Amino acid sequence: MRRDIYQAIADPTRRAIITLIAIHAMTPNAIAAHFDTSRQAVSKHLKVLTECELVSQKFEGREIYYQLEIKKMKEIDKWLAQFRKIWESRFNELDLVLNKLKSKK
Amino acid sequence: MKHNFDFIVDKENNTINAKRAFAADINIVWQAWTDAAILDQWWAPKPYVTKTKFMEFKVGSYWLYAMISPEGEKHWCRADYQQIDILKSFSGLDAFCDENGKVTDSFPRSLWHNEFKKDGENTIVNITIKYNSLNDLEKIIELGFKEGFTMALGNLDQFLEAHL
Repeated sequence: MRRDIYQAIADPTRRAIITLIAIHAMTPNAIAAHFDTSRQAVSKHLKVLTECELVSQKFEGREIYYQLEIKKMKEIDKWLAQFRKIWESRFNELDLVLNKLKSKK
Repeated sequence: MKHNFDFIVDKENNTINAKRAFAADINIVWQAWTDAAILDQWWAPKPYVTKTKFMEFKVGSYWLYAMISPEGEKHWCRADYQQIDILKSFSGLDAFCDENGKVTDSFPRSLWHNEFKKDGENTIVNITIKYNSLNDLEKIIELGFKEGFTMALGNLDQFLEAHL
């Protein structure tokens, strides 16, 4: 099942998980140790993040590690950058209009 | 001339904060944001143009305008003014709508707050846009992509480089 990545990062616990594993891959137990919520709740969040492909699983021996998919995170930054660009060009346009208005005065 | 442009996205609070200095007196900058005839000259991202159908810059009233594509396709928008403090700030609620101003519910609305401050010869405009969710914000961007804003913006950059 594919989910909406923006919904995934809309949840504060999931954002906290992302911040945690951004530093290095962690096991579900190690992640759960950082939260007051149950291990089950953390697993659920990890499942959502995995389905969004924001995190992926890595198997090492008998342990599962969760790691951040940097590429996917960059997608989010990319659309924010586009938004910024729309604003930037709108403001550049306003500069031109202001120059016109000033010269009329 | 290049101006400082701060653009901060706060994912926790679903807000965007944009801050920009303009090389003009606060009276002129305020006018550019609140006078329909001037807004029509710069508000729409190129190659779109803005055309105002109705505007009454008054609390409780609104601005109804169309963003028109080069093919002549119209996207109607409205901004409902909620607070106005002359030459200082104003806020309002943005929405997509039909040509009669009837709001389209399938598109997210955002709450705007624009602040104007004198800074020597310049005027600093501080904009805060709040969305209900990050998902809403994404929808707005998607719409922008669909309408081909991205490509057009590349052209505009070249144009500005050549003319400034």
